[in-house]
Order: sequence, then C-alpha cells, then structure tokens
Amino acid sequence: MDTGKEQSSSALNENKKENEKLIRKISSSPHVRSEDSTAGIMLDVIIGLLPASIMGVYNFGLPAFIRILICIACCAASEWIFELITKRRITVGDFSAVVTGLLLALNLPPTLPWWQAVLGSIFAIIIVKQLFGGIGQNFMNPALGARCFLLLSFAQTMTHFTYDAVTTATPLALMKAGEPVNVLQMFLGSTAGTIGETSTAAILIGAAYLLIKRVIDIRIPAAYLGTFSICILIYALASGRGFDLMYLAAHLCGGGLMLGAVFMATDYVTSPITPVGRLIYGALIGILTFVLRSPWNPTTSAEGVSYSIIIANLLVPIIERFTMPRSFGKGAVKHE
Amino acid sequence: MNQAVERIKNGLVTENPTFVQILGMCPTLAVTTSAINGIGMGLSTTVILIMSNLMIAALRNVIPNRVRIPAYIVIVASFVTIVDFLLQAYLPGLSESLGSYIKLIVVNCIILGRAEAYASKNKVLPSVFDGLGMGLGFTVGLTSIGIVREILGAGTIFGVTIPYYKPIGIFVLAPGAFIVLAFLIAVLNAGRLRKAKAEGTEAKLCRTEDCLHCSNASCGGRFIDFEAPEGVIGQTAVKKPEKKVEEKNEEQEVRTDE
Repeated sequence: MDTGKEQSSSALNENKKENEKLIRKISSSPHVRSEDSTAGIMLDVIIGLLPASIMGVYNFGLPAFIRILICIACCAASEWIFELITKRRITVGDFSAVVTGLLLALNLPPTLPWWQAVLGSIFAIIIVKQLFGGIGQNFMNPALGARCFLLLSFAQTMTHFTYDAVTTATPLALMKAGEPVNVLQMFLGSTAGTIGETSTAAILIGAAYLLIKRVIDIRIPAAYLGTFSICILIYALASGRGFDLMYLAAHLCGGGLMLGAVFMATDYVTSPITPVGRLIYGALIGILTFVLRSPWNPTTSAEGVSYSIIIANLLVPIIERFTMPRSFGKGAVKHE
Repeated sequence: MNQAVERIKNGLVTENPTFVQILGMCPTLAVTTSAINGIGMGLSTTVILIMSNLMIAALRNVIPNRVRIPAYIVIVASFVTIVDFLLQAYLPGLSESLGSYIKLIVVNCIILGRAEAYASKNKVLPSVFDGLGMGLGFTVGLTSIGIVREILGAGTIFGVTIPYYKPIGIFVLAPGAFIVLAFLIAVLNAGRLRKAKAEGTEAKLCRTEDCLHCSNASCGGRFIDFEAPEGVIGQTAVKKPEKKVEEKNEEQEVRTDE
C-alpha cells in the first residue's frame, strides 16, 4: 500500500513531465470542424417550440404569454447573475437558458402564480444547471427538474387547470376517472392542461422542423412512443377494451407525452450519445411513463412523463457505459 | 480538564459528525423535517453516545477483541431500549414523530464509530467527553438542518408560523433534505477555505483515505498531496506542486524557444 502510493506518485510525475512536451502541440478531439454551434441549435429548438407556444397563448391568452416571458427572463437573468458572481464565462448568448425558460413555461399551468414561476426558473438554472457545472454538465433536464420541484412544492397550484376560464380536469384525469374524452380536441389542443402540452398538432409541426434540420434524433421519440404504445395496447387488451386505437390515441395526445418525447427526452446533455443507448433510453422512458400513469389505478396521478424522463436522465451514464462501441482493433468479445 | 474541552470542541467543530465526517446520514436526512425533531433526535443520540462510550471504555480491557462488535451492539442496544421507553413514557409526541429512527440508533455509525475509534482505546472520562462532544455536534447539525427545512418547507420556526410566507413544500420532503444538507456543507467549507487562506494554511477538505476510495469525481486529485509524509492524508497541496510544474514549464518553453 505504502510503496504503491510512492510508485504511483513518482510514475505520475514522470508521466506528467513526458506529457508536458506533447500537450501543447496536440489539441484534443474532435478535429473535424462543423458550422453547428450551441447558439444555432438552441435557436432551432426555439423555432421548433414556437408552434406549441403560439397555440398555448392562443388557448390561454395573456396569462400564458406573461408566464412564458417571466420564465425566459428569469432563466436568462439567473444564469447571467450566477456566472457574474462566480466569475465564469458568460453563456447567456448561447440561448440555452432561454430554451430552458421556454420549456419550463410550456410545462406550467397558465394560472400558476408568477412568483412560483420565478422560483422554478431560478431552481432550474442555479440548482440543476449551474451548481453542477453549467451548460453540458447538468445531470437532469433543468426545465423538468424545476417542474418536478414546483410539483412537489406547490401541488395545489401546479395541478389547477382551467380552460376558457372554467376550472376543469385535464383529459388524462378525465380518462382515468372513466369519463369520455374528445380525441380530436386533444389533438388540436382545445383542452385544459399546461401552456404547451395541449396541442399535439403544434408539437408535431415543431418536431417535423427539428427532424428535417437534424437537430433531434428520431430514435429517442420513436423508441419512447413505440414502447409506450405497445404497453398501452397490451393493457387495453388485458383490461377487456379490445384492440382500442382511440384509447391509444387519447393516451398519446394527452398530457405532456408529446412535448416530453420531442423536446425534453431529446435534450443533448441528458440523453445518451450512442445509437443503441438512445433506443434503450427511449424504451425505458416509455415503460416508466406507462407504469407512472398506471391507468389501472384511479388513485394515483394521471401524469407521469416528467418523472419518467428525469429518472431515465439519471440512468444515462450507465446506459452509455454498456452501449459504448468497441474501438476498431481492440479485440473480439471473449467467450468464457 | 483541557482534554475535556478539546474533546468537546473536536466533536462540535473539527470533526463534526454531520458536516465534516458525514456520518449518520439516515437520521440526518429522514427526521430533520422540523427543528424540534432535530433536537430530539440529536439529544437522544447524545445520551446513548455518552452512556455507551462510558460502558465501552470501562469494559475495554474485559471485552475480547474478536467479539468486540457484537459486545458493543449489545451495550448500545440496551441504552437505546432505555431511551426509547423513556421517550414513549414522557414525550409520546416526539416519540411518535421520530418513529423507528430512535430504535435505529442501534446501528448508527457515529456510535459504533466512536466506540471503535475512541472509547475502546481511551480512559473512561475522556471517552465520556468524546461522546458528549460528538453528540452535541450531531445535535447542532440536525437542529440547523431542521431549522432551515422547517422555515422553508413549513413556514414555521419551532412551531411558530411566519406571517406572509408561503411554504415551499419540497423542503420537508426527502429531496429538500439533500439540498439543505449540501448547501450547509458548502457554506461551512467556504468558511473553512476562507479562514485557511487568511491564516496562510491549507484547509483539509478530503473525507476519504485516498483517491481510490473517493467518489468525488469533480475533485480530480486536486486535494491529495502525493509528496506528503506517510499518514498525512487529505492535506490540500494545491499550490506547491503546481507552482513547481509551472516553473518547469517556463524553463522548458525557454529552451524550446532557443
């Protein structure tokens, strides 16, 4: 033990000396240059979120617009102030804080008190993102982390939904209570819910834009929605509904599923980088969402997308470790 | 008497079980939903810690080395049972809110840790003061976490409601415990670093024996001094080696330029 420590220290020092000569002449990978920048990608995500935001403002009016502005302003401001105080590089210009703010606002009910939205924005940027090292270092999606923080802290206001100034339950909650829902309304977005989640059509337009621009990878949403659909269809068969596609469509259009699958599960920082890992990650979120929505249990919450995504976020390092491809020439798999 | 003061200061500040040794995390995170719970848990542990340290120190030459852990657990469990029954009889409310965590003091690593590290090797009186210091340190830790969580999460201080304040529910739930503990440790560590800087010394922030057994990936070996004499662990030696390397760098640069 003692000699090992000495050896390691001397070996380390020698290595350091040898490396000193090399380090200055060789830059680290990647060596291939690309025109993509963080700011460019984030702008694309903002454009992708615009249809859902416009539908949210159209549905819920001025309060929704004010919540969106508050969240964006507070996220950008807390990022700027934190980096100013801790003397780090100011990264407000890459729009990542703006995306976090917009996503958070789209995940909040339009009636949420403004100070709770401010608190959520500060939590997202400072606790989830900056304390873990800033952009690229956060261990879970900041917007979803803040949504869960608000959900745990202010359950009453976070689950209070209105549509046309009338307090109603979300379509998912209605479904759970066994009441009929209008799938077409759910698809177009004229239902109660958070600002950005109601209109599946608007989210799909944004998704199409992001897929065409190759900002997001189809694997994660496809694996997510596919696994979730299979689970729901098996449940529908097992519970005596038969092969009920309308029930599946209602589940797909209801709640934050589409918003989560397209914009939050695909977050670069908190999703795996390996192709196989992305499929596993998507499937994992699908199963978790199904389990958390638990349509067989009327006493639990009807929604479960945010928790499933942040749980899967935490498992990303493990998924990546087991799906990392072998480098060329590193030997075949040993059969023992 | 000096030794007594030194032991108490050691438990309260230098080796505070909650904020420096990070021991006994299960009760720390679970019962600190209010300041009263923190005080109750801390004082119960203190009593058991003093009594068990006393017994173990008194019996240290009688207990065979091979069976010392079972023997310690029997001693600790006896005192835990006494305290549990006393609480149930005289403070039923507190006993109810602490639940099974009083019984779980039997396996509290602070108590077994002090028995193993101190009481089994020292005389009775210093061991008692060691128990007192550690217990008070634990109580201070639990109470400060409890106060912060109660104010933020329930909007009350020792049960008195704060007017015009809307509580943030997450702080009385489990995630809030982790957040508050992390922030309190960060604040205390910042204070230690500042104090060390003012005195011109290095603050000791490492909590493990070596980098192999440490899970703090963000440290990256910055706090370990490879050239330190044996037995000296966790002394930060950031400045000295780095300065040497920088000087060498400059020399090398000059040479390559030539």
